[in-house]
Amino acid sequence: MIDLEHVTVTYPGSDRPALRDVCLHIDEGELALVVGPTGVGKSTLLGLVNGLVPHFTGGRVAGRVSVAGRDTRTHAPRELADVVGVVGQDPLAGFVTDTVEEELAYAMEQLALPSPVMRKRVEETLDLLGIADLRDQPLHRLSGGQQQRVAIGAVLTAHPQVLVLDEPTSALDPTAAEEVLASITRLVHDLGVTVVLAEHRLERVVQYADRVVEVQADGTVTDGLPPAMLAATGVAPPVVELGKLAGWQPIALSVRDARRAAGGLRTRLAAVPVPDRRPPSRSGVPALSARGVVVRYGSRVAVSGVDLDLAAGQVTALMGRNGSGKSSLLWALQGSGPRQAGAVAVGGADPASLPPERARALVGLVPQTAADLLYLPTVGDELAQADRDAREAGHRPPMAARAVLDQLAGGIADDRHPRDLSEGERLAVVLAIQLVAAPAVVLLDEPTRGLDYGAKRALGRMVGDIAAGGRAVVVATHDVEFVAAFAHRVVVLAAGEVVADGPTAEVVVASPAFAPQVAKVLAPLDLLTVDEVRSALEAVG
Amino acid sequence: MTVALRRPLAGSERLPRSLHPLAWWLWALGLATAASRTTNPLLLAAILGVAGVVVASRRSDAPWARAFRYYLMIAAVIIGIRVVFQAVFGGVPGSSGHVLVTLPRIPLPSWAAGIHLGGPVTLEEVLSALYGGLRLGTLLCCVGAANALANPKRALRLLPGALYELGVAVIVALSVAPQLAESVQRVRRARRLRGAPASRRRGVVRTIAVPVLEDALDRSLHLAAAMDSRGYGRTGAVSRRSRRVTGVLLLGGMGALCLGTYGLFDSAASPALGLPVLMGGLAVCVAGLAAGSRRVRRTRYRPDPWRAPEWGVVACGVFPAVVMSVTTGGLNPSTDPAAWPGLPLVPLLAVMVAAAAAFVAPPVVARSPVARPPAAPPQVAHPPAGGAEVGT
Repeated sequence: MIDLEHVTVTYPGSDRPALRDVCLHIDEGELALVVGPTGVGKSTLLGLVNGLVPHFTGGRVAGRVSVAGRDTRTHAPRELADVVGVVGQDPLAGFVTDTVEEELAYAMEQLALPSPVMRKRVEETLDLLGIADLRDQPLHRLSGGQQQRVAIGAVLTAHPQVLVLDEPTSALDPTAAEEVLASITRLVHDLGVTVVLAEHRLERVVQYADRVVEVQADGTVTDGLPPAMLAATGVAPPVVELGKLAGWQPIALSVRDARRAAGGLRTRLAAVPVPDRRPPSRSGVPALSARGVVVRYGSRVAVSGVDLDLAAGQVTALMGRNGSGKSSLLWALQGSGPRQAGAVAVGGADPASLPPERARALVGLVPQTAADLLYLPTVGDELAQADRDAREAGHRPPMAARAVLDQLAGGIADDRHPRDLSEGERLAVVLAIQLVAAPAVVLLDEPTRGLDYGAKRALGRMVGDIAAGGRAVVVATHDVEFVAAFAHRVVVLAAGEVVADGPTAEVVVASPAFAPQVAKVLAPLDLLTVDEVRSALEAVG
Repeated sequence: MTVALRRPLAGSERLPRSLHPLAWWLWALGLATAASRTTNPLLLAAILGVAGVVVASRRSDAPWARAFRYYLMIAAVIIGIRVVFQAVFGGVPGSSGHVLVTLPRIPLPSWAAGIHLGGPVTLEEVLSALYGGLRLGTLLCCVGAANALANPKRALRLLPGALYELGVAVIVALSVAPQLAESVQRVRRARRLRGAPASRRRGVVRTIAVPVLEDALDRSLHLAAAMDSRGYGRTGAVSRRSRRVTGVLLLGGMGALCLGTYGLFDSAASPALGLPVLMGGLAVCVAGLAAGSRRVRRTRYRPDPWRAPEWGVVACGVFPAVVMSVTTGGLNPSTDPAAWPGLPLVPLLAVMVAAAAAFVAPPVVARSPVARPPAAPPQVAHPPAGGAEVGT
């Protein structure tokens, strides 16, 4: 179905190819999972399939790409629209019309299908994806999961033989991601659509993949069957890491298979004491104390009377589905967002009553779109500006922004443009800028979205270091594996209220949606991460 | 047999559906034409009332349908401005009429001769400003009624195939504006997080403009890529000759249009250059558009039908326009001397006919209640209806 023969892609202004001598053959009806660290050319590989590379992006392509017998050299993306459907990361960015039904029909209108066919296909697709009750809704009023399913439906109505999905779930909460992935696997199994899928959260999809395509840092590509590929690669979900550690053959890809293979491991580890997960103890006074925080937008209540104490040296994870009030709470705690009622005290002061340059010395916030904070042409300028701001505001930064950044993440050169950085690097720059003000409390809003396993580990380390420096850290995130590995405490919000609050192990394991893979495999043992299993195994000997 | 067939058909005309956008626009333009023919405040008020009644009874609950109220506000502002300007600048000393109030007169330097500031305000002048403002406001409200009654985006889809790209550009621009506003708001909040001290506020424009513009560019690139990969801009095979013919027709038509307009307004030009050339240019342009539309292969999903109710609504709008154009009595009541305006019966009845559009047009479709972002567990997908056909 998809054939790549010795394909090399070089973008203009770049001295080394983004993809190097790629030979790949994907059969009809396969689900090919594209993996690899961020920024290595996964999107380039996906773009090749429908000709967006090079017709839209520019660059030089050597070799030959053919899809369903059509050469992308002679066929522009629009000429392939009836064969290949493409769904991107942010569904809203790709919507052309404004209601669900019209969006589903858009591609068919372009293909000049007769009206009765369009009517029939729209109805079929609405049912196929379970969105029939949304048909006349405006697109921007849908939830993230619904929007993504509409985006998938909008390309399906053209009856493509190939579906290309570039990280379709990266902006979604676990439940919404589940909905979308369930729809995708259903298409593969029932309809025989060939799917090429790039995804960071491998733990959700790897068990459904027929083939894993790994893009290496140097632009070469290897592919093979999932168990063999994942056993060899560094980018693997916890269940695979656990399998490697325990030496299972063949390696288990799903929690179900792992649980069946883990009988021996569980007996071996039964006697191991619960690992010590307490944060380093600090003085009893909370770094931040909030009482009865209420945030309202018109008649809609986003946060309804939340009490929260944050201890210095502790990493707290804030979880809850999209729209449960996580962001509103963080902004209210920082003092820049609206707060209709309640009190926040950091070291005796309310950050909302202080001017911005003093509020940020109490509470630093890294917003969801961290890039909003950056506006200068180079990283060096940004860091220098942060130092200047801190001096002018009268903070006494313990060290310069550059030194903070190097501690967080090394090797980000001064002359790079902030927009060219990877998600993880950009996050580190923004964190460094916020830390220069030496806030007692650091809040991060969804820092894990779009990060690969390596970047998430690096972020976890950064967060741990910041907390170890005596600050209180809050991370709002959907990523249960990240929470299990790096958070001391978990607060779960639902409809603006705190529904669970306690040590990570207790909160996370008790919930089927939030339990990390290792906990699911090893229940009833109290182990959450592969690292904990590793040290437990060492203790047993 | 015929009776059995006809009954459900007749009934189906009354089923809720949205009226063809063009019908609403023609109706509103008819009403606007009627309004432009008169300065009688009673007639204008009747026209406003008719527009209000029809909007209230036949608008949907979509966001654009709430726009009518804003048009009313703008109309009020227009009337206010006109009256105030007339009062402040219009006072000419020694003018006859009933002086309502005398504003303090501000002497202006000699180079501003001819402009008066302050002075006596007479009833006659205020009335004439009021009538004029009311007429302008009513015209605006007629356009507002069309906007509230017809989905503006669906109206754009009626453009001929050759102008399809233009329509899409307008639609995309319409949806980008709110996104841009949202973007500015987000970045401004983020700027507070960086806490720029008060001494350095001058960088504000740049620090907000740069991320917002980068955001907008990113977004438009995404949208362009998405549209491209969904088949936007696919063209059928067209011969080079037909492309050339289209180009020549359009360019020639445009040129003739320009020339004709010039001829029409320049009194020194020969009369043959005016209207005839303008009409000729228009015809050539239409031919060019038709030729251009032939090369576009595109279909429309659920096109709006044009049936009896559409004809009816258009007739309701055109009727008062025709009546107002032929009658003359009582349309422009005297303001000097000021007199209570009379209410001419025939035009009033004609305006009332336009209100019948509220009954002629089919009822609006009730939308299903808005699905809130999932507070409920994810729904179970339905079994596929003929799903085996999807995907090949």
